[in-house]
Amino acid sequence: MTTQIEAPSLPVPSEPPERPLQAGEDEARHDEGRRTFMKLAAASGVMAGLSGCSVSLDEFLQKHFKELKGEELKKVLARLEAKQKARWGQSVRIGTEAAQEGVEFGYGLDISRCVGCRRCVYACVQENNQSRESPQIHWIRVLEMDKAHGVDLAHAEVYYDPATVPQPGKFYFPVQCQQCRNPPCVKACPTQATWKEKDGIVVIDYDWCIGCRCCMSACPYGARHFTFAEPTLPAGELNPDQHYLGNRPRPKGVVEKCTFCIQRARNGRYTACVEVCPVGARKFGNLLDPESEIRKVMETKRVFIFKEELATHPQFYYFYAS
Amino acid sequence: MTGILQFLKNCARQVTTGGRAYFLWLAALACAIAVGVTGYANQAQHGLIVTNIRDQVSWAFYIGNFTFLVGVAAAAVLLVIPAYVYHWGPIKEVVLLGELLAISALAMCLLFIMADMGRPDRLLHMTPIIGSPNWPRSLLTWDALVLNVYLVLNLTVVGYILYESYNRREPNKKILFPLVILSIPVSISTHTVTAFLYNGMAARPYWNASILAPRFIASAFCSGPAVMLILFQVLRKTAGIPIKDEAIRKVAELMAYAMFFNLFLLGAELFKEFYSATEHLQYTKYYWFGIGSHTALVKYAWGSLAASVAAFVIFVVPRFRENWTLLNLGCLLIWAGVYIEKGLGLVIPGFTPDTLGEIYEYQPTLTEWSIAIGVFGVGFLILTVLVKISVPILTGTFKAQEAASASH
Amino acid sequence: MAQVDVQASKSLAALATALALTAGPARAGAPPSAAPPPKKAPLVQVQATTPPFSDGIFPCSTCHDGTQKVKTERRKLDFHDDQQDVLAHGAERWCLDCHDAQNRDLLRSASGQPIPFTESYRLCGQCHGDKYRDWRVGVHGKRVGMWNGEKTYFLCVNCHNPHTPRWKGVKDEVVEGKRIVSPTLELLQPEPRPRRPEEMRK
Repeated sequence: MTTQIEAPSLPVPSEPPERPLQAGEDEARHDEGRRTFMKLAAASGVMAGLSGCSVSLDEFLQKHFKELKGEELKKVLARLEAKQKARWGQSVRIGTEAAQEGVEFGYGLDISRCVGCRRCVYACVQENNQSRESPQIHWIRVLEMDKAHGVDLAHAEVYYDPATVPQPGKFYFPVQCQQCRNPPCVKACPTQATWKEKDGIVVIDYDWCIGCRCCMSACPYGARHFTFAEPTLPAGELNPDQHYLGNRPRPKGVVEKCTFCIQRARNGRYTACVEVCPVGARKFGNLLDPESEIRKVMETKRVFIFKEELATHPQFYYFYAS
Repeated sequence: MTGILQFLKNCARQVTTGGRAYFLWLAALACAIAVGVTGYANQAQHGLIVTNIRDQVSWAFYIGNFTFLVGVAAAAVLLVIPAYVYHWGPIKEVVLLGELLAISALAMCLLFIMADMGRPDRLLHMTPIIGSPNWPRSLLTWDALVLNVYLVLNLTVVGYILYESYNRREPNKKILFPLVILSIPVSISTHTVTAFLYNGMAARPYWNASILAPRFIASAFCSGPAVMLILFQVLRKTAGIPIKDEAIRKVAELMAYAMFFNLFLLGAELFKEFYSATEHLQYTKYYWFGIGSHTALVKYAWGSLAASVAAFVIFVVPRFRENWTLLNLGCLLIWAGVYIEKGLGLVIPGFTPDTLGEIYEYQPTLTEWSIAIGVFGVGFLILTVLVKISVPILTGTFKAQEAASASH
Repeated sequence: MAQVDVQASKSLAALATALALTAGPARAGAPPSAAPPPKKAPLVQVQATTPPFSDGIFPCSTCHDGTQKVKTERRKLDFHDDQQDVLAHGAERWCLDCHDAQNRDLLRSASGQPIPFTESYRLCGQCHGDKYRDWRVGVHGKRVGMWNGEKTYFLCVNCHNPHTPRWKGVKDEVVEGKRIVSPTLELLQPEPRPRRPEEMRK
């Protein structure tokens, strides 16, 4: 049963409402209103300007990495290198090595060996020019869990701080970007600032990222990290061998993550975490090469995928060697 | 062209004229905006580290507010359906005021997004042609698309109605009707797309539930019109727009049914989580009961539920909703209840515990509060300005001069 | 036995190891000397690192020069008690099970075959076949260098003290320009824990 509501025509109000000022009438109130309006307009202009006040025109107009070619790319790299020289007083080289043909990187992590010493975490920080303080950014997070309960994230501890490792009854589970073959972060990114390269590395163009953090919500491994402020990186600790998509120092307000040390891997070198691990728990190589350690791991060890039910198909494999 | 310019000039004059209460209200809004600008200046200079957003909880207060306001924007226009179904007299007025609220809410949504972005200077990277939007895979591009379409649609309808009424012409129903009808699916789709943004994240089991999109629509529908009810009452008194008591009470009744549906969906969600009791229960448990010593949100969870149920009771019992004090109390309660449910209750538990099981308890900082206050200040300012222009046009006291109307 | 200069023995060791390894499954990496240059670089070239002898302990023949009578019965030794005190390598084991009684500069296999210290993995591999198999292909133990080229692998004894092989810790030092990796008897101290999110402020 619908309620019928009377429908009068446009009303004649019972008392006269305030009539709009006619021209010439009481300009003082007018101007006060206009001044308020102008102030508000100025305030919003300031607000808009503040957010971008430290961005030069070149930076603003810089294209997506995939569209940078030839001379334009050289100019961008030169500008970035000069900026680093000015800030840290060091000459750097920013490379743009492409993926090699016939290479699909694979990473193996032996959790029967990891002792939780965190040397990988800090080797990565050193190699990849991560911010040391405010924020402190670690691309690798090591979880301490009970052997009796297996991989039980609800009871994992990332802030373990004993005198020695490994602690009895515990095992250690480092997590970093899994370089998924079906990456949820790439799907979520609204600007295509992150994508998967041919050799499997999921990369980020730090100068294209808008810092919306959709990718961080989408990542099931907590592998992506945000530069909440300008990085604190002391002079003298800068690693000058850089890659545009890898370890060049990132600006504030963008997302960063493990890139399998793209500046090393694409030049044939092991990643920093692989090289520093004292127990040899980390294996890295070309999955397409039958002689590589990682292939041997896949063929002979019990390998498993972290959060396999999410069908991300990572290129990062955990295994038990014994 | 001169007609439009004159219209705009007259609008400006309209906005800058008013009584003491009006200017006090504007002053209060200006203060709020000033607080916001100060907060934003701090954030722009130092980066988002001045918030309590961290890697573990990477979306928080700003996005919670954004989500709530998208719901408000969507719901405001849904008054159109009952307005037509129940033959409310001043349908045009009801539709228009709803759209004004939608426009203000959308402006606030945009501002919250800008506040949350790490690099707002790079917003253009998301636009087609000059940027590289990840369309159609990224839900955020869909969200941006639908919200902008909705905004343009609302601005078009509002602008058209106002300009025609200002020039003493009846807006052409053949143009208006399709646009207004179109705004209904568009408004539902804005909030559905926003729900899908959360829903699609397999990494966050709390959101990765099919029930999320229906819950969004239900909670939007039951809370959005609350502001309208208060606005209608204010405008009845100050500008004489003839909105009948029955209309207001009908809206309250419909909100009660929407709230019932909302509570039903909540119950369904809680059953699934607590009965199946998988590891995914962690997030729901954190929100309603806390985990160990981490209980920061528990009081908000139960408070929000109490407010929602109380509002439901007030709106569903005819005797209660006929009492103006109770009705308005109900509006405040429902607004508060859904604000918490959509903000704290949706965003934070999605991240707590995080993907690696860590619990970081998030509370907004002073800067975040400042910016939120500023954004609400801007939103209410826009609403005030629009209402200040629209209502006199609709009631006939703000019209073009005879000479101006003859010039086109 | 002739006294062998430590320096020369190390280079000899490196050469011997390189040759020994090229005889094994790493053969895939050794380029034939007389053949035409390969079309692309061999994928695997491995190189050994040096055994982590204690200072001055090698060559053993400095003291065990054959002038003293060799006593093979199991007993408590006065010298080398630093190793014998920590000896924990399975049951019923004592020094001369692995060290050659006649020539202390060598190790011995179960069948009495002499094994140089630079190939101690052959000795370990007799009992620890699965580890040896994994180690040969790089699955067990650490490697540094190039994933598609030259790598350096480490001897078992670089990480496992053969007298008490249960892994505890490792010391990685550069001594006189040479990288020495040696096992320690203490567990590792972990690097500092990460900052909590609430500990990170402007």
